[in-house]
Amino acid sequence: MTTQTAPSIVPDFGDSVSEGRKLAIICSKGTLDMAYPGLILANAALGEGVETHLFFTFWGFDMITKSRMGDLKFTMLGNTATHMPQGLGGMPGMTAMATHQMRKQIHDVGVPDVPEFLAQIVDSGGHLWACRMSADMMHLDEADLYEAVEGIISAADFIEKTDGAQLLFI
Amino acid sequence: MTVTTIGSAQVHVDAEGFLTEYDEWNEDLAGQLAAQIGITLTDAHWKAIRFLREDYQAMGETATLRRVSTQAGMPIKELFQLFPGKPAKKMAYIAGLPKPVGCV
Repeated sequence: MTTQTAPSIVPDFGDSVSEGRKLAIICSKGTLDMAYPGLILANAALGEGVETHLFFTFWGFDMITKSRMGDLKFTMLGNTATHMPQGLGGMPGMTAMATHQMRKQIHDVGVPDVPEFLAQIVDSGGHLWACRMSADMMHLDEADLYEAVEGIISAADFIEKTDGAQLLFI
Repeated sequence: MTVTTIGSAQVHVDAEGFLTEYDEWNEDLAGQLAAQIGITLTDAHWKAIRFLREDYQAMGETATLRRVSTQAGMPIKELFQLFPGKPAKKMAYIAGLPKPVGCV
């Protein structure tokens, strides 16, 4: 290995570049396994200094509904990536078992559960928004939702707030 | 492998400028590294940096932001205030460690 002497190298933390970069993540799923991609990417973006907005819609509403956010489930049914016989997934207790197993695996890699993860995202400067139509359909209002949700807004409001953002639909 | 001069010290760094030799770091150097990225170290900064140094020695990898928060007992909000923008990378840089590889 050759060693060369260089003038002082200072990492470019891109402070000027990240300013103005925005990420919008639409969370539309309410299963335990599909809650995490959005949370992990939001957390990563915030750690890189990117302004991040999450919009919870349809089944994704479970992620921010107080009575459900700590109790998301994972099922083997319809998920061939478990590489288990599909018939097994329909047996009584299998969803509970699969959920328990996945929670343990998530915990073992040091990743928090959904409510704590949302708290970390908010503490990192992330913005949480709830979908107006989903709230109306499910007869839920602010009182039913996680406290840090900034508002129940329409799809058009969200598009407006995330003008110029890169967008992820999960 | 590149050698660069920080203050009066010659240190090995990677292409981005992160120190590559754990033992070439010292507290004086940390102050100079911090100054290069516009940070003046306070006691709170030191708490995070000392944790990172010790944790790296114990675990063999740089702690993620969440690990610093939960293990050193420092709120995430505070870490963002102390090391604005990209806290995990800035902490690692000042602590003379590689960038963290963990996702969360």
